[in-house]
Order: sequence, then C-alpha cells, then structure tokens
Amino acid sequence: MGTTFPVQMTVNGESYASEVPPRLLLVHYLRDDLGLTGTHVGCDTSNCGACTCLLDGESVKSCTVLAVQADGADVTTIEGMAAPDGTLHPLQEGFWAQHGLQCGYCTPGMIMAAADLLARHGDGPITEADVRAGLDGNLCRCTGYQNIVKAVQAAAEAGRGVAA
Amino acid sequence: MIAAAFDYAVADSIDDAIRLLGEGGDDAKLLAGGHSLLPLMKLRFASPSLLVDIGRIDGLRGVDTGGDSFRIGALTRHADLQDRRDMGLLAAAARKIADQQVRNRGTIGGSLANGDAAADLPAVLLAYGGSVTVRGADGEREIAAEDLFEGYLTTSIAAGEVLTEVRVPALAGYGHGYEKFNRRAEDWAMVGVSALVKASDGVCEDVRIGLTHMASVPLRAGAVEDALRGQPLDAEHIKAAAEHAAEGTEPTGDLNATPDYKRHLARVLCERALTTAAAA
Repeated sequence: MGTTFPVQMTVNGESYASEVPPRLLLVHYLRDDLGLTGTHVGCDTSNCGACTCLLDGESVKSCTVLAVQADGADVTTIEGMAAPDGTLHPLQEGFWAQHGLQCGYCTPGMIMAAADLLARHGDGPITEADVRAGLDGNLCRCTGYQNIVKAVQAAAEAGRGVAA
Repeated sequence: MIAAAFDYAVADSIDDAIRLLGEGGDDAKLLAGGHSLLPLMKLRFASPSLLVDIGRIDGLRGVDTGGDSFRIGALTRHADLQDRRDMGLLAAAARKIADQQVRNRGTIGGSLANGDAAADLPAVLLAYGGSVTVRGADGEREIAAEDLFEGYLTTSIAAGEVLTEVRVPALAGYGHGYEKFNRRAEDWAMVGVSALVKASDGVCEDVRIGLTHMASVPLRAGAVEDALRGQPLDAEHIKAAAEHAAEGTEPTGDLNATPDYKRHLARVLCERALTTAAAA
C-alpha cells in the first residue's frame, strides 16, 4: 500500500519525473510537488471546474484525475498560458480587458476550459450561447458570468484563442 | 479529499486486466476514465484495495461503423461521440453528459458498467436495444441491454469480467430526441427521456423510448410505445401517448425532485423528445 509509482510528464513545456503514491491527485501533484499553485482546488468533487487544466490539449478536472493516470502526458496549466516574455495569452488578455473576474478564484479554471472550447470551436465568431454551453462545467460566484462570456468572445475575436 | 490508500497496476491488455482482477480478489476495481469511481473513492464511499488501470490498453477506443450496427470500444470517451453526426441518439446524449471536462475523461464502457439509472447512457442503450461484450477468464459473452441492468448500481457483469465493447444498431431511418432535466450541467438527471421514432407516411411505424432515473434501473416506456405505434405522428397523438410515460415506473424522491414531480417530468420530457424525434 505504501508503494509509489514513477511518473513522467511534461508540464508547461518542462519535463518532470517523480515517484508518487497512486492516490495522489493530479491537482495535488501540480500544486504541492511542482509548486504550480495557479491550478486551484475549489469544490474537490468535480463540480466547480477551478482545477481545470489541459491534459494532452483537452480540458480535465485535475481533482478527478490521478497523477499516475497522467503518466506520459503533456499538461498545460494557467502558468503555461502566457508567452515566455510575459505577453499574455489572448484569453488572459480578454479576462483582463473585459473585467472577467472579481475575486479571481475560478479564473484559471475558466481560462483553461475556455482554451478547450475555442480549440474545439475553431476559427470564426463564437456566440454567447456557445460560450455559456462550453463553460457549463465551471462555476463563478462573483461575476454572474456576463463578463466572462465577453472575455472569451473577445479572445475568439483576437483570433488566437487556442491553447498556447 | 483524498481516497483511502490502494494498490495500482497498469494492464497492458484485456487478458492482463482479467488476470490482475482475478489476483486482486473481490476488492479490486477497474479504472478507465475514473469519473464515476474516483469521486466515490474520494468521498470514501468506495475503498478498493487495487485499481487495475485499463486506460492504456490499445484498441479499446474508437467506433467501427461496419454493417448495420456501431461497435464502440469500451474506452471511447463521451467527447469522441459528442460530435458524431452519424450516431444520432447516442451522440445527442453524449453531448449532454455533464460538462466538457467530464466528457474528455468519461468512457462509454465505464458509464454502462457502473449501471447508474440516473446516468445518461444506460437508458440510451436500452432504447436502442443494444448490447455489451464482456470478457472474463472463461471467455467472452454478449449481454443484451435488457439483461444488463439488474438493480441499483448493479449489472450482470461478473466480478472478474471486463466490458470490452458496446454495440448499438444503426437504426437507419429513425429520428431521435433526447431530453434531460437537471439544475446544473454536473448534476445527474432528475429525469431523462431517450426517443427513437421511425415514421412512414406520417404514421409511427416503430418507436423506442428509454427512461432515465424513473426507477433503480433504466426503463423502457412500453406503455407509450404501445400507444403511439401505428398512430399518426401529430402533436395530438404524441401528447396522448406521452401521458403514459410514468406508467410502470417507481421513481424515488430525493433532494431535487419528489416522485410526483418526476412523473410529471417524464410525461413532459417524453412529449418533447417524441416531438423532436418525429420531426427529424
């Protein structure tokens, strides 16, 4: 039971190798082992979406993925969205410009979920209904969602809204 | 929340998974996407001693469209099905499962093997009259949908067996409708209705309806099917048939809905699903 398992994964372009217990969740591996605390734990029951990151380019709730399940995977967290020179990703720019956050707790998860949504949607304008449906796995208790929808639409209009 | 400690093994083939399950005994569980099992483990409602991870087995993901049926690998994720224009009701239901993050991980095999009457796919499989293939130490067998769901979270899949494939008939010429009522995307259905309708000159030649969360197992709405078959597919006849949707059901009340409310939802959603299916 005390056995650990080797995992190797690429996180935000960097390769990491660790020994982890099988019950370790991906979100705890990212936060506690790698120090990437931008991925938040909200409800811890796969409801709220605060822990959303990209696993091989697709959004997942990292509180419901074991670190061992991500062995060999390519992971992107909010820390990996801006360019190395600090230039914000269009989604980050959109949330800033459109005031898409208040307390900010849900924001990393919202942005990672939106990255999956825009990648799936492809080029072209995205409707308010599309955004609302695409983000229905992410809860925000502050904004009432209006400006989050605007932020994602702004990123889509910027035309570069796919994952970094 | 952290699950109780467990041992972990990666299966590299179906036979390997069967062997590991056998060695692990009664407390060993299969892990695919983990989106039913891991939340239960974190809440300590489930504490398996061993997880056999089948998520890396080659050849269990994807859809074979040959012939008059779809053969779907057990590891095919809801996200793989949600945009399939050729898969009618199954794709429509897959699109409405929880949210995109869950659909990116959850698998069709895992959902059916979990046998939750409140989940989307069990009643869909029942409406199709589909089947699953399972393999164990004694070989392979096919289980028809009507023989699969035995009780609350209980299926006829034996402890040492692995669900490998799901088969649904293509049902060319059938329209479909899928209706689910819940408060948030992540919630289980209060009630869901799956409808498949074959029309011939405006008359209902065949109809198949699955009910989600109207009992401890998914159900067919046989009374509605009998009332509509052979009748004109107009608003009046659809509404009259849908009035039978709660017959033979045994919904339990919960935090979200009383039994009476669920019966009401079944009738309303059945009318909507049939209307959509008849218009297709």
